[in-house]
Amino acid sequence: MKAADAPTAARRLAVADVGRAGVLRGYGVWLTAAVVLIVLPWVVRTGAAVPIMNQMGIAIVFALSFNMLLGQGGMLSFGHAVYFGLGGFLAAHALNLAGRGTLYLPVPLLPLVGGLGGLAFAALFGTFSTSRAGTVFSMVSLAVAELMAASSLIFDRFFGGEEGITTNRAKAPLLLGLEFTRDRQVYYLIAFWVLLAAIAMYAFSRTPIGRMANAVRDNPERAEFVGYSQRWVRYISFCAAGFFAGIAGGLFALNYEILTAENMGLNASGVVLLMTFIGGIGSFVGPILGAIVFTFLQSMLSDYTGIWLLYLGILFLATVLFVPIGMAGVLMLHAPAWRARRVGRLAGPYLVAGVCGLVAAVGVIGLLEMLHALVAADTPSGVRRLFWTAVSLRSVLPWLVFTGLAAAGALGLRWAGPRAAAAFADANRAGAGR
Amino acid sequence: MTPAIELSGVFKAFGNTSIIRGVNLTIEPGTRQALIGPNGAGKSTLFNLITGKYPVSSGRIRLKGQDVTGLRPSEINRRGLSRSFQVTNIFPRMSVFENIRCGVLWSLGYRYSFRHRVDAAHDATERTEKVLEQLNLAARRHVPAGVLSYAEQRALEIGITIAGGADVILLDEPTAGMSHSETEHVVQLIREVTQGKTLLMVEHDMSVVFDLADRIAVLVYGEVIAHDTPERIRADPRVQEAYLGVPQGVA
Amino acid sequence: MEQIVLFSILNGLVFGMLLFMLSSGLTLIFGMMGVLNFAHASFYMLGAYFAYTLASRVGFWPALVLAPVLVGLLGALVERHGLRRVHRFGHVAELIFTFGVAIVIEELVQLVWGRPAKSYQVPAALDFPLFHLFGSAFPAYKAFMLLVSVAIFVFIFAILTRTRAGLIIQASLTHPGMVAMLGHNVPRVFMIVFGIGCALAAVAGVIAGPVLGTFPGMAQVLGSVVFVVVVVGGLGSLSGAFVASLLIGTLQTFAVALNVSVGNVLMAVGVPAAASAALHDVWKVTVAQVAPILPYLLLVLVLMIRPTGLFGTRET
Repeated sequence: MKAADAPTAARRLAVADVGRAGVLRGYGVWLTAAVVLIVLPWVVRTGAAVPIMNQMGIAIVFALSFNMLLGQGGMLSFGHAVYFGLGGFLAAHALNLAGRGTLYLPVPLLPLVGGLGGLAFAALFGTFSTSRAGTVFSMVSLAVAELMAASSLIFDRFFGGEEGITTNRAKAPLLLGLEFTRDRQVYYLIAFWVLLAAIAMYAFSRTPIGRMANAVRDNPERAEFVGYSQRWVRYISFCAAGFFAGIAGGLFALNYEILTAENMGLNASGVVLLMTFIGGIGSFVGPILGAIVFTFLQSMLSDYTGIWLLYLGILFLATVLFVPIGMAGVLMLHAPAWRARRVGRLAGPYLVAGVCGLVAAVGVIGLLEMLHALVAADTPSGVRRLFWTAVSLRSVLPWLVFTGLAAAGALGLRWAGPRAAAAFADANRAGAGR
Repeated sequence: MTPAIELSGVFKAFGNTSIIRGVNLTIEPGTRQALIGPNGAGKSTLFNLITGKYPVSSGRIRLKGQDVTGLRPSEINRRGLSRSFQVTNIFPRMSVFENIRCGVLWSLGYRYSFRHRVDAAHDATERTEKVLEQLNLAARRHVPAGVLSYAEQRALEIGITIAGGADVILLDEPTAGMSHSETEHVVQLIREVTQGKTLLMVEHDMSVVFDLADRIAVLVYGEVIAHDTPERIRADPRVQEAYLGVPQGVA
Repeated sequence: MEQIVLFSILNGLVFGMLLFMLSSGLTLIFGMMGVLNFAHASFYMLGAYFAYTLASRVGFWPALVLAPVLVGLLGALVERHGLRRVHRFGHVAELIFTFGVAIVIEELVQLVWGRPAKSYQVPAALDFPLFHLFGSAFPAYKAFMLLVSVAIFVFIFAILTRTRAGLIIQASLTHPGMVAMLGHNVPRVFMIVFGIGCALAAVAGVIAGPVLGTFPGMAQVLGSVVFVVVVVGGLGSLSGAFVASLLIGTLQTFAVALNVSVGNVLMAVGVPAAASAALHDVWKVTVAQVAPILPYLLLVLVLMIRPTGLFGTRET
């Protein structure tokens, strides 16, 4: 209580200084992000890098918009892809109109069309979706997703049936002579929109309505008693999230030049939940991290295995069970130890735990892959290459080896896990003591 | 003068059970008043009716002359009435500073704005800082409200209530569960923050009631049986009966 | 016409009672634990797949008992080692967890049984037409489905109203805190109820598998409808779930049976034919094609009129 009696003027000055430094640091972060986005295609030069980065960019905007609902507003949507998809379809149709010359629309503005489309549908469906929070909100979002999935079979002209809607960005009018025929040109357009949308979404979280979205998430009743209608707060957040999801959809239309009903289906909505949660819903960078890692894993894994979604599902479940704060949350937990320069002490225990985890993962993956190879029956030879070795599915030995690895890794984790946690606690205590 | 709060013929029933049975009550502006009564008399229910949490079964409620019967809590709050809760009701995952600022934003006209930046809203920051100083919570401003001590959370509860500058304040058992010295602090705080405002509070601690209140209303079985100055309430035989259960004459 | 109406009512009853088998378990779990089990339909799917595999080894009748028991145990395990762990993070976290369980179960089913649908057949003993009406046959198996679901309904009703365990469960629906105070091991009651709920879903899977198909997408197909049922009926209300199950069951079977276009229906009530091309799509759609949308439209409609659902009282 003594601290409270200290001269308040000095303290206020200190707070103001921190505030100014925070603002500077804020601009610095965005500038750094811009620089990184600009040099990235020149640094990463493998063949598939640019298309994957484009995919990541779209996922980042989509995941950030999803977290406006889940992380900031406490609304778990199972149908967020509806606004992504509808925005995308509208953008695709608009691009087709522009190609025919019916509409003047330069390609760089296309994501805005998607955004406005997403906003319009969010404003419509939000009227009944946001009247309740919690479980009912989730179920209504699911119902809307099903409604749109069923409607896509009926409204053939708009959704293009099985084939979807194709479009061509090369036919649209040019703005400032900018062409978008090569991957890298598209990359810079997407990167521009990703940065713009991310800044806008961050700014939104710092507005009065953005702060009150947090308040309604925490305690809707109390928000009512400080003058805010919880329903309106949810509705506005919902519309904003729909807008940015639509922008992501517009970027998708621009990048892939095709949209199908699948893009707004339940699976697409599920994927955005997975990536956002794995990244961490508690902070602004969480969804960005999640989108990058998830997209990377998805494109890597799907090259090697047919059961990649199972692995991502298991990763998701493990996150929910053991680290519900997500990757970003875990990183942030280490900030004090990092500032105290004691992260080095963690390397040993973390390495041991990591190796144990890796051994367990190899065991489980081996078992699942062998099972998959057997069931899918696409291996008449009875031999499957796993971890750079030819594994015979018919013999007992590989099953035993993989089971052994899984068990050994799990046992090792039980031993190493608590030690790593203790090391973490120790590093933090030391950090606090400084 | 227009009354700050005016209840006329207010009834409330849950199913077949009548909780509030015809309350008429007038609270003059600028006074500090207490609502007392035995457990189950309906004090919290009456608060919930006045603040719009529950709809009335019948009767009218006026706030500063305006009919507010049937309005939502947020709409009543915007007309200048703010309340605290018996069970601490804060925004647990937001910082202490942000908790108070939530109470400030609407009253400064920020409403649902997405064009202002809260960090640049100096009026909101200043007001919040001032309330934090009053609550003695300035040093705890960055702490998530959920991890504050009980007494601190109770203070924050009052802080959120008064932050918006409402001129009619309803406090529901502000000293519940507090030690003697903590209670003294809170009484001092209430006195300070309700200066020149209308206060209606539910309170079980009679020393607090008689210390703070200009007038006291006694609610028994959903009816106001007395509404008068502390001295006369002390002497009122009906009040004695309600609390002691024995008619004065017999005792 | 009489034929359509009668058979639609019968089929609607069969489908509605099937929905109730799923929604009753879901409602019990929600009512007690506040958790909407997103993986509920996945346990239904597991029931069908377990029964398919068991039936080929030990026959249909033992499978009818064994599969739900196995799924129930699995459900209890999921509650004990998963749900209980995320419980402290609130209902949204629990919903997210069960969503993850649903994904993993679907992927595991594909891994173990493969992607194509399985030919899980109606048992030979029940593979005959029960009766003929207006020249159409009503299969005995559907009557059997109805019988099983009514039996389950009576069983639940009896347990809830006649036994001590049922009274505890009913009390937990409305006053979970008080029940814990009275000395009942609420976590264990939760685990058991979760297990039983999953087993009920599995029974539905066992008997519906041969009729509605046994394929990896079967959980998603029925799951969404079941969630609609519990929200329309009012979350946590058993009677609401019952009414909504039958309502949506008959609604959908009637719509499927009607082979007329929306345009015809509108014309019959006096709306002129669509002039614009954009509306043309809607016009030529048959009512049967609209059938999958109806439950969701109903949900939106009900929520606009009664936000708590038909019989719901709870605000969460």
